[in-house]
Amino acid sequence: MALEALHGITRYHSKNEMLRDEMMIPDMENLSNQCQLAIPSIPKGEVNVGEYLVDETGRKIKLNYAHGTTTLGFKFDGGVIMAVDSRATSGQYIGSGNVKKIIEINPYLLGTMAGGAADCTYWERVLAKQCRIYELRNRERISVAAASKLLANMVYQYKGYGLSMGVMIAGWDKKGPGLYYVDNDGNRMPGNAFSVGSGSIYAYGVLDSGYSKDLSDAEAQELGRRAIYHATHRDAYSGGIVRVYHIKEDGWIKISEEDCKDLHYKYADEKSAFS
Amino acid sequence: MSHLQSIMVQKSDDDKMHQLSSNLIMAVSGEAGDTTQFAEYIAKNIQLYKMRNGYELTPSAAVHFTRHTLATHLRSREPYFVNLLMGGFDPDSNTSELYYMDYLAASVPVKYYAFGYGGMFTLAVMDKDYRPNMNVDEAYELLKKCANEIKRRFIINLPKFRVRVISKDGIKELPYVVAEGEAA
Repeated sequence: MALEALHGITRYHSKNEMLRDEMMIPDMENLSNQCQLAIPSIPKGEVNVGEYLVDETGRKIKLNYAHGTTTLGFKFDGGVIMAVDSRATSGQYIGSGNVKKIIEINPYLLGTMAGGAADCTYWERVLAKQCRIYELRNRERISVAAASKLLANMVYQYKGYGLSMGVMIAGWDKKGPGLYYVDNDGNRMPGNAFSVGSGSIYAYGVLDSGYSKDLSDAEAQELGRRAIYHATHRDAYSGGIVRVYHIKEDGWIKISEEDCKDLHYKYADEKSAFS
Repeated sequence: MSHLQSIMVQKSDDDKMHQLSSNLIMAVSGEAGDTTQFAEYIAKNIQLYKMRNGYELTPSAAVHFTRHTLATHLRSREPYFVNLLMGGFDPDSNTSELYYMDYLAASVPVKYYAFGYGGMFTLAVMDKDYRPNMNVDEAYELLKKCANEIKRRFIINLPKFRVRVISKDGIKELPYVVAEGEAA
């Protein structure tokens, strides 16, 4: 979609498209402009997207979003660590056990995924396009601050229309390592350590107690892995594969992808070896 | 300085004040997202005014502009839910000014004010001990009393408060007010 819009290719007009142009209906196609989705014509306060849908008899159906997740990211002297689980849930149901919740925006930028999987995938892909266009126009890479602000401004446009996302944008730019938290309320903040999702309370417990700026690379990677593992252990909505990424000066590298079950027995063995 | 998300402290060194010009500051609370978007919009427009005209808006003019913007959005599809305090120094009249503004775009000049739950605890403290002729140290002590009262009676943990002074010398940051004492 990026290339098509960039080259300004005009598609062959179908009969419907011609009809629409004649009727002067503004362009709402998300292929040509991903930031111009059609929005409901009623006032925002009366939109209840995200809370319930209404069925054919007018009865309200409660919507269950895939909120369950554990993601975390922290900055330290050696760069930024990002670690996530891989379980996708819909209410009580486990939809998948091997989701990639770290989204590779470009070789220097990573995004995490919490909240609505579709929303995160879609908007971070639009962000990837915007970042690439910035790079082509300005002959330099976009900063983490600017990239996160692009995303925050995009989701703020749809505030109150039911988007659900809590993401971290991390990368390395001229200022060094960068880490931002962005969510669907329009919040955007820089920070040293964030954890997002239903398992975040457990991850924070491990992260906060083991965190310091001067960790070695291996210690930091292990801290991220450990924090996610403990969240998968206590939080029913988190589990599967524990993925760890490390962002350094020359871009991100994938450190490990381990099943939380294997980690569980590894840590259990280590514990029993000591006692 | 604490940014809270449901029951969790998300960030403990947040800056909720926005500088609008060399002698004007806006402290914003309210709906997440709206606060920064609104404050940045106002700040950029006030800076644009200075670029176009070669001089800065007076604090009262900036407040009227902000109030007008807020009032226009109030009856639109997408109102901003923000409460704010604007503090400034007017070099022409040599006066310091503080303005209250709520999300309904009501604006009043005040001597002191506090928004939110913290305001419920601290307004009475300020009613009792505020004097218009306080010096900076006395004012700082009053802020300490307010922070201590919040720590004593409020269930939520708000340990640190950022303090800035706006005077004829511009904007100066003072040390954080850190709440002392025990919870009740």
